[in-house]
Amino acid sequence: MGLSKPDAGGPDAEGPDAEGPDAGRPAIVSVEPTGGEGWITTRLDFLVNWGRSNSLWPMPFGTACCAIEFMAAAASKFDLARFGMERMSFSPRQSDMLICAGRVPFKLAPVLRRIWQQMPQPKWAISMGACASTGGMFDNYAVVQGIDTIIPVDVYVPGCPPRPEGLIYGIMMLQKKIMTERMSNKSLRNEMEPDPTSKLYIPAARIDEISEPFGNSVHQTRSAP
Amino acid sequence: MSKFEIVRPGSGNLEKPVTPKNVPNRGGEANPSGTALKEQFSTAVLRIDVVNGETTVLVETSKVLDIVRWLHDDATQSYEYLSDVTAVEHRDLSMPIEVVWHLRSIKFRRFLRLKTQLTKGAKLEVPSVWPVYKGADWLERECYDMFGITFAGHYDLRRILMWEQYKEGFPLRKDFPLRGRFSRSEQLRQALDANPEAKYSMEELNVADTFEELPLDMRARIASGEKTGE
Repeated sequence: MGLSKPDAGGPDAEGPDAEGPDAGRPAIVSVEPTGGEGWITTRLDFLVNWGRSNSLWPMPFGTACCAIEFMAAAASKFDLARFGMERMSFSPRQSDMLICAGRVPFKLAPVLRRIWQQMPQPKWAISMGACASTGGMFDNYAVVQGIDTIIPVDVYVPGCPPRPEGLIYGIMMLQKKIMTERMSNKSLRNEMEPDPTSKLYIPAARIDEISEPFGNSVHQTRSAP
Repeated sequence: MSKFEIVRPGSGNLEKPVTPKNVPNRGGEANPSGTALKEQFSTAVLRIDVVNGETTVLVETSKVLDIVRWLHDDATQSYEYLSDVTAVEHRDLSMPIEVVWHLRSIKFRRFLRLKTQLTKGAKLEVPSVWPVYKGADWLERECYDMFGITFAGHYDLRRILMWEQYKEGFPLRKDFPLRGRFSRSEQLRQALDANPEAKYSMEELNVADTFEELPLDMRARIASGEKTGE
């Protein structure tokens, strides 16, 4: 799917032996070093990104009908496991990707934010469906008008609800986005923390305290960044 | 009726149930409980309507608890089940707010709708039927949350759907704007201020009392300052 081999020529290279549906398209991912990057770091980036993008563990945050489509995407017919994410992580500590499927009322806003804060880096978010992305038809007193007012979102999947193919397409877009990440980009993992004087601020120690480890995951208590 | 007696549907009369046909919009066969109520509480029953085959009895506000208690306890009525408590505010703003109780008799296969009217401007208060039907607990809380109607005698009347610090008013009232009274940013700020770990209301949460109710070993562990986790 558009990922060129490490020895491909560059961003615009077309492999001479390219076949199949992607034949003739420019390669999306390049591992050729550009200004200031070394050969080894780009190869290492490629390896790390390849591993991350193909083992995204989703944290399902399903609140409405979109969650039904999400379950269908995870079930055998559409089989999310083909993309390395068969392991639904119902604990934010062991997940890489938050999928918010459905409308979020204001009462749930602090919960969603807290779950996002508890997820360790690297982490990504998918906003699935019209309600999660914009509030959808619920332009009223009770519903958050888009979860991007609470947490940063990487991919918006349109639809009401989106079909499983739509969600899988969004996840594949996220995988491509992950493949373009560079360790040399220092701002990539920067999180905007609330002002410590505001009521929204929760110190990292407090977040660790309220999300105590369970099972065999006793070493995953560090807070997000 | 003893506390755990099993009520069989239709055990009060032996007629087999039939699906009513050609039910008129107004009038038609009334629920016999309507006339029984009129005999029992003559002045408190203001009007009896039959709408689409369902009997609606308009009663005086102050007598609601007596009437409901009689309907529940009397052997000839036997309304065992309260299916809903809700309220109606009409689009015509001069009309009073109505509070509605839906009662169902499983034994006699009857349905009865009780209504009472509350004048706007005065205090919106009706007696709670919680002493008769314990299931009225959350129904009345929801009605209070959405309409701001006080149910006198309810043991724990506070918001149930909206969060407790909600300051914008009562969302299902006609004077409430669809998008709320505050700006979107203010609504979001107030929502994010809430503590998701606060499972108990201020009224419920009395730390000293709660501590006394904990098991002995848990009390000892908390008192010794033990921490869990790493």
